[in-house]
Amino acid sequence: MSETTENLQQLPLGDWHRALGARMVPFAGYEMPVQYEGVMAEHIWTRTEAGLFDVSHMGQLQLTGEGAADALERITPGNLSALAAGKIRYTLLLAQDGGILDDLMVTNAGDHLYLVVNGATKHDDIAYMQSQLPDGLTLNHLTDAALLALQGPKASEALAKLNIQPLQAGWPLPTNLYFMEAGPFLWNDIPLGISRSGYTGEDGFEISVPAEHAVALATALTELEEVRPIGLGARDSLRLEAGLPLYGHDMNPDILPVEANLSFALSKARREEGNFAGAERVLAQYPDTAATKRVGLFVDGRQPIREGATVIDDTGATIGTVTSGGFSPTLQRPIAMAYVPMDLSQTGTAITVEQRGKKIACTVADMPFVPHHYHRKPKS
Amino acid sequence: MSRYFTDEHEWVEVEGDTATVGITDYAQEQLGDIVFIEVPEVGTELEQGDDAAVVESVKAASDVYAAVSGEVIEVNEALEDEPGLVNSSAEEDGWFFRLTLSDKDELADLMDEKAYKAFVDDL
Repeated sequence: MSETTENLQQLPLGDWHRALGARMVPFAGYEMPVQYEGVMAEHIWTRTEAGLFDVSHMGQLQLTGEGAADALERITPGNLSALAAGKIRYTLLLAQDGGILDDLMVTNAGDHLYLVVNGATKHDDIAYMQSQLPDGLTLNHLTDAALLALQGPKASEALAKLNIQPLQAGWPLPTNLYFMEAGPFLWNDIPLGISRSGYTGEDGFEISVPAEHAVALATALTELEEVRPIGLGARDSLRLEAGLPLYGHDMNPDILPVEANLSFALSKARREEGNFAGAERVLAQYPDTAATKRVGLFVDGRQPIREGATVIDDTGATIGTVTSGGFSPTLQRPIAMAYVPMDLSQTGTAITVEQRGKKIACTVADMPFVPHHYHRKPKS
Repeated sequence: MSRYFTDEHEWVEVEGDTATVGITDYAQEQLGDIVFIEVPEVGTELEQGDDAAVVESVKAASDVYAAVSGEVIEVNEALEDEPGLVNSSAEEDGWFFRLTLSDKDELADLMDEKAYKAFVDDL
């Protein structure tokens, strides 16, 4: 990134990260911690214990008003009007031509919808939503809230030690939430919005906390023996292993949901209604008629391939692009995501990638590369 | 035997006409966990400033430029199985390659240890 340090905004936990020895880098217009003790160690800690991530750069939005879910459905393909209170859905913000403007989480918070959008796109998202949503709705950017993610197999055990109570007696504790459920809670009289979700493939929580209490909460969590602070570097390697796409890299406005391998985000009811932005173009690719598709790649050898490397055919012609790539600390081998022609998207297909003039053999792999460990609600 | 440094955080140890090249401890610290190193092939003729090697950390790839011109005569094969040597011993066991210097005058452009230390302290 080419941002200059002078224009960077500080997040509520900026000084807290620096005091813990984090290396700070510009990211999405903010100074953010990229690593503390090292990406590899932080990655493995999150996969085996619990990691605390500061994701306060992300946009937290509140959409209020009669018909909010129906209105948001005009620009997203998720079945939001059917979302029960306390449930979360992953969806996509779509341009009028169906291109992906962002990916986001939408929670039915009872009297409003709570949205979490990407940090780098939040201002554009807000402008687009305001242009598309009816006047009767209010879109509120929660700029005075921090967002923490607690992720890992010991996340639940750690969170249980904080004595967080439901906002109303009789409601479930945060550790009783299942994957993709959320609720309002109190911690020392501080209101918290907690969801069981994340971006690592592990069980875990995302916690919205008033900015002035972010340091107290982050400190209380990292004082637990299971929890260490984790930087953005490991956040990226964790989400790559989990097969989760990153906006601006694996998705952009020129890419449609089906080719991005995100057909699961086109809910059945919405496909049948076909009444979201760009539906005609988006659904023309459904279920499998796109020319290209985002796939996972196992890379032969030890050398990682990176975003921007090209997928080539036997003649050396470019037929695709690597959009994310790195070294998997869990698998101890390089992995990547790439767009390849549909006829080369089957698991096991041999693919050649060219990077800095060198040809590297790869194989299309199932994603996630490392299994998810979500705390899902048992099927009844 | 004398050791030189560059503002790209490489070290060059010169013995007669032979130079051993690696990256500094400061550089490995900045790069973090190193997972792969692409060294030049033996026989490669490098001009000062050419891309000579690539260091891959978990997150990113970084180019290493040829600090001096010459022909590569040996590469550190231990790095293939153990790239982490560059993290644990950047300025000794984690050397990258050796070359035969083709222009010893180029050494005059480089820093000595004291100047490099001052350069790093200023960053």
